[in-house]
Amino acid sequence: MRKVAVLGLGHTRFCFNSPKTQVEMLAEAATEAINDSNLQAKDIQSAHIGNCLGTLCEGQATVSQFALDDIGCPNIPAIRYEAACASGTVAVRDAVMWIASGYYDIVLVGGVEKATAMGTALATRAFCMGTDGRYEFGAGLTFPGYFALMTILYSQKYGIPLEKLKTQMAMVSVQSHEYGMKNPFGQIQQLISVDDVLKSPFVCTPLQLHDCCPFSDGAAAAVLCSEETARKISDKKPVYITGMGMATSGKMSSQYRYLPRIRARELAVEQAYKMAGIRPRDVDVCELHDCFSIASFISSENLGLFEPGKAPEAWERGEARVGGKIPINTSGGLKSKGHPIGATGVSQLCHITRQLRGECTDQGVQVDGAKIGLIDTLGGDGTICNLVLSSL
Amino acid sequence: MEYKLPFKEYNTALRKNKLMGLKCKTCGAVTCPPKMACQECASLDTEVVQLSGKGKLVSFTTHYIAPLGRENELPYTVALVELDEGPWLLGNIVDFNPQKMSMELIGRAVSISGRVFPGDTFTAGPITRPVFNLE
Repeated sequence: MRKVAVLGLGHTRFCFNSPKTQVEMLAEAATEAINDSNLQAKDIQSAHIGNCLGTLCEGQATVSQFALDDIGCPNIPAIRYEAACASGTVAVRDAVMWIASGYYDIVLVGGVEKATAMGTALATRAFCMGTDGRYEFGAGLTFPGYFALMTILYSQKYGIPLEKLKTQMAMVSVQSHEYGMKNPFGQIQQLISVDDVLKSPFVCTPLQLHDCCPFSDGAAAAVLCSEETARKISDKKPVYITGMGMATSGKMSSQYRYLPRIRARELAVEQAYKMAGIRPRDVDVCELHDCFSIASFISSENLGLFEPGKAPEAWERGEARVGGKIPINTSGGLKSKGHPIGATGVSQLCHITRQLRGECTDQGVQVDGAKIGLIDTLGGDGTICNLVLSSL
Repeated sequence: MEYKLPFKEYNTALRKNKLMGLKCKTCGAVTCPPKMACQECASLDTEVVQLSGKGKLVSFTTHYIAPLGRENELPYTVALVELDEGPWLLGNIVDFNPQKMSMELIGRAVSISGRVFPGDTFTAGPITRPVFNLE
């Protein structure tokens, strides 16, 4: 298989109440990515776009084809990928295969969402569609509810008193906001304290408002191409997608053998590490799926970055900070940068690419000498998609 | 191949406070809620059985936000229970003040009954949800 490179990047600001439609947001990010690649729309051979709730938030299906038509790239295959919050990452994984196989040479990946147009009640309902509608939505399970249940399980499994764990979780949100402040694309640019987190309103006990990422609008895009083409047309530092993994699982209760571990993530990341020929300790920088504060602990442990039950201490000691053992979510993560779900995986791709190119210095979050980056995205009850990027 | 215990039949039984599941004839494991195959060994050789309807509480959360149309249920408690037969089941606790749920309740024995959620615009009709009664 051919090696696949990341070329140009495009990213709208993530926000509440975007004045733009999904088609417009995606078209803007896509055009920016194509311009940033020194290419033209006509050079794009296919488009792979994450979009989950387009139908519910605007009554708009097939956002990808309208956006591609708008940017002067009509008639090419434009495919919408739906894997709840992992939609964008799954789109990237598929796009890589189209290039690696030799079928296409230059493709666009992207993602877009406009969740805040739904308002909180409908958005909460829409996100519930990622739980099992037959056997678990009846009880009123929501996604903060899912991770609230995980928090209790985590506290029990690793013998960390809930009060202590909650303070450690608050530190995750505090760190994310500190980095999100510096992200020009970030949605919530505001410093918060542990006290702010612990005094915020309860959403689903024991999770409070500042344990949760926001609903978001926004888009991200990138152009991918073969190694050969990248060498020919790009003067940017080459960044390659060297590892990919994906796994799924069923409803929450049927994961009972493993919870609070997410087995699908352990399997997916193992595939990604194997394909890239690396081990967890080789990862220099990571963007992981911090939809809720506790999710950062669970994810980083499932990814093998910290020992099971030890992630809370790691955050406490600053090991997840720039300069720490493994800098995590230096973009501000879903919590502060925002989480327009279809766009999230592509946004993670953009940030890790910039880290590996050494372009995060102005932002004040550059991980010195970063060469290998890891992306982790979770969709619904259990789609996990992981990507390894490398500048080596 | 058809499901031995489709959603509709499981749902109807739970409405009558009967918890049904599948017992695997290959490995002996119980699958509940039901699937096509045994959730432990993927065998299709299973039989429909009525479960004891007993278990113990393993996790819970009280919701202060609700999906559209369910605001009148707030605050409500969602819980995970480990059934005596092994699998976990997700449902509600309704006979305990949701604002007084505490970690001391973890491990408490529960008995299971059913209560109907009438459904909303997006569901294909009503859904019976398990209700966990603290013993």
